[in-house]
Amino acid sequence: METTVTQLQMIPLSYYIIFCTALFTIGVVGVLVKRNALAIFMSVELMLNSANLLLAAFSAYRNDPSGQVFVFFIMVVAAAEIAIGLALLVVVYRSSRTIDINILNRLKW
Amino acid sequence: MVMESFSFMQSISFLLLLFPLLGFLAIGLFQKQLNKKLSGIIASAFVFLNLILTFILFWYVSTTNQSVETNLFDWIKFANISIPFAITVDRLSALMLLVVNGVGFLIHVYSIGYMKGDDGVNRFFSYMNLFIFFMLILVLSSNYLMLFIGWEGVGLCSYLLIGFWYKDHANNNAAKKAFIMNRIGDLGFLIGIFMMFHTFGTLNISEVATKVSLMPSGSTALLVITFGLFAGAIGKSAQIPLFTWLPDAMAGPTPVSALIHAATMVTAGVYLVARSSVLFVLSPVTMNFILIIGIFTALISGLIAIYQNDIKKILAYSTVSQLGFMFMALGLGSFSGAMFHLTTHAFFKALLFLAAGSVIHALNQEQDIRKMGGLRKKIPFTFALFAVGAIAISGIPPFAGFFSKEMILSVAYEHGMGMGIIATFISLLTTVYMFRLLFVAFYKPESDAVKTNHHIHESPKVMLIPMAVLALLSMVAGFVQIPALFSTNVNVFENYLSPIFLTAQQLVPASGQNLTVLTEWLTLLIPLTIIAILVYMSYVRFAKDRLPSELSGIQKVMANKFYVDEIYDFCFVKPTEKLSLFFRETVDQSIINRLINSIGNSTLYVGGRIRLLQTGNVGFYLIIMVFSIIAILFFNLIR
Amino acid sequence: MFQVYLFLFLSCVALFSAMMVLLSKKPIHSVLYLTLTFFALAGHYILLNAQFLAVVHVIVYAGAIMVLFLFTVMLLNLNKEGQFPKTTLVKIIAAIAGGLLFVVLIGSLKSFDLATVSNPAVSQIGLVKNLGKTLFSQYLLPFELSSILFLSAMVGAVMLGKKDKE
Repeated sequence: METTVTQLQMIPLSYYIIFCTALFTIGVVGVLVKRNALAIFMSVELMLNSANLLLAAFSAYRNDPSGQVFVFFIMVVAAAEIAIGLALLVVVYRSSRTIDINILNRLKW
Repeated sequence: MVMESFSFMQSISFLLLLFPLLGFLAIGLFQKQLNKKLSGIIASAFVFLNLILTFILFWYVSTTNQSVETNLFDWIKFANISIPFAITVDRLSALMLLVVNGVGFLIHVYSIGYMKGDDGVNRFFSYMNLFIFFMLILVLSSNYLMLFIGWEGVGLCSYLLIGFWYKDHANNNAAKKAFIMNRIGDLGFLIGIFMMFHTFGTLNISEVATKVSLMPSGSTALLVITFGLFAGAIGKSAQIPLFTWLPDAMAGPTPVSALIHAATMVTAGVYLVARSSVLFVLSPVTMNFILIIGIFTALISGLIAIYQNDIKKILAYSTVSQLGFMFMALGLGSFSGAMFHLTTHAFFKALLFLAAGSVIHALNQEQDIRKMGGLRKKIPFTFALFAVGAIAISGIPPFAGFFSKEMILSVAYEHGMGMGIIATFISLLTTVYMFRLLFVAFYKPESDAVKTNHHIHESPKVMLIPMAVLALLSMVAGFVQIPALFSTNVNVFENYLSPIFLTAQQLVPASGQNLTVLTEWLTLLIPLTIIAILVYMSYVRFAKDRLPSELSGIQKVMANKFYVDEIYDFCFVKPTEKLSLFFRETVDQSIINRLINSIGNSTLYVGGRIRLLQTGNVGFYLIIMVFSIIAILFFNLIR
Repeated sequence: MFQVYLFLFLSCVALFSAMMVLLSKKPIHSVLYLTLTFFALAGHYILLNAQFLAVVHVIVYAGAIMVLFLFTVMLLNLNKEGQFPKTTLVKIIAAIAGGLLFVVLIGSLKSFDLATVSNPAVSQIGLVKNLGKTLFSQYLLPFELSSILFLSAMVGAVMLGKKDKE
């Protein structure tokens, strides 16, 4: 496997940046536009992944392993977060029969 | 051996502060539990211990001419400021120690009898011991800041004791008056201290004296410092224009008047000026100012005293007058003369007050001399003691007042004939009001009040013995300093204090011309003759018949204390009240209140509007958040 | 050049499927498109020679997280159309916000000199061997702590999922 990719540096770093920004923006728009809490979660995952990819790209280009280690830890935290978040959603749904964020407005003043 | 005794003296000087503080704490903390008969004995015992220590210290400093300095602990220490809590016993403070502890002890003993039966006797004695404590801090301090603590502390005790019978509102007002008037002077004192620190970088009394002696005479900084210090002295020693508090301070118990408002606290101003003698001699303008203030105070209060009818008020104005006389001596540069008069005055004025207290005690709190008369036969011991005091204060030889006054008068005559005559006139005023008081109260035919009062009784021994000791002192204390006219050898007092004022004397050599022997005899004999005439005249006038009830013209002005209180009322109190009212009604109510309220109301209104943003709608929050992030990023971009 | 084409292809797939996550009417479709996005991203990791991350990514996201999402969708019975109607206003605002964000982020790239991070050699750090060395030496403590995080997340999820007794 070590020889599969040899011409990596053909791709400029700015490509990664533009791609990740686009993915991130899609995530942001998703968070804004969706009313389904589950869909919002998915959009958040998109944003997380775009950030992960960028970290990994910078790490590879700088030849610094810390970035990739951080990606690993972010994945760890994301997994934990999803587990808890989805459990919360289930609880919320159980108590109010909906996960529409426009209806879940009890935090109002 | 010398070092050993030195460290012994150091520990003794520390104990001096400890004993009265212990007494205050012991009596003050357990005043509910403590037996009322016991508290006076405890308080007196602590002061008596102090008196013994004082004798030892006095013997030490007068034989070795060494000042005992003890650094108790570092009090303020940061950057370039270092102010230790240190006490110094030198010849000047040892003298003051003798006066404070000696007279203080006698008055404590007297108070046991005088305050017997009073509900607050424990409170009284705790305050008295506290006063002694603060007075000793004042006297012993080796820097001006500590001196200021003592200064304020005695002011506090004065306040507490004037208002001792706090149930009477007039007493509280008198206490407040004393306190506030003192504050005015203390502000000046503080400014003086600040200025001193700014100029010399130290507040240590001896260091300041060393540094100042290198300065040229009459510099502006020195002028400000000395004026500031003297302003404090004016307040504390009841000089013009802040003297009106002292007569009102007579609202307190009579032993308080004797101790605080005659013998010790009010003389603190004199002590301060004497202590800072080097500063003052290098500022001739201030010296002249002190001279003028002293003369006017002595004159005006002496004149007022002649027409007063309250026995304590007469003595109070007499005190003011004598203090003015001491300041006059200071102004003339005779520091040891002022200190000598301070010492003898402490004896006979305390005696007079205590005797007056004895009279008041005998007559059930009657203070008006018009309602007395004929007391000579009813209370003969008190009369005799009072007469001793009156003779001493009038300057009749061979009692103490004669010697101390003569010391000041001779300086005044050396200064110039005019000055001498003014000084003589002032000292003659003393004779007039003292003998008027004596004859009206003790010789005049008995008033109706006295006739109908069958309970008039001589005071108990516990009161009479301290008075007798003071009377003895008033008689013999003068012989330590005999005028040069009689003997040139007996200069004990002046020699004793000469090391203290040596620098001051060297800086400003005596400028006065020596008088011829004839003039000296004349200046001595003519006043004495006048005194004799005055005594006879007052006997004729006051001892035979009643006081004239109608006063005319200038007499009325004097009887009303030159309307000083009324003038102050008009000049300061009324405008202050008007200004306060203006600030309360207009500035506070209409402007500040409205401003504050409108701030509150507008906050409430805006909050009520902004509250609506909290919709609880997460989508809305998210939109706001995203736009805010965009704004932040954009701001970073264009920056 | 092959790599560039591969990059562009993967990017297109990822962006397309990400868009479809938003546009799908049914949540179950969204989840499936999200899975596709993750696979495309895994390809990107391989392209970066970060093989370890690629494997972990596939296992964690495509394996674990997607399953959770699917379970939730099915548990809550959300797979119906028109449950969450959207107003046009929100869409417009979201589009504007997204566009602005994209522009601002790309704009900030201008002030950054990318030449400082370009490395001509092919990076070998993403290999399992190399990353493992770093992870188990320099980052040992955080690695161990992450297990505690997982444990607590697990306990929390179980606690939350439990039915109230009432």
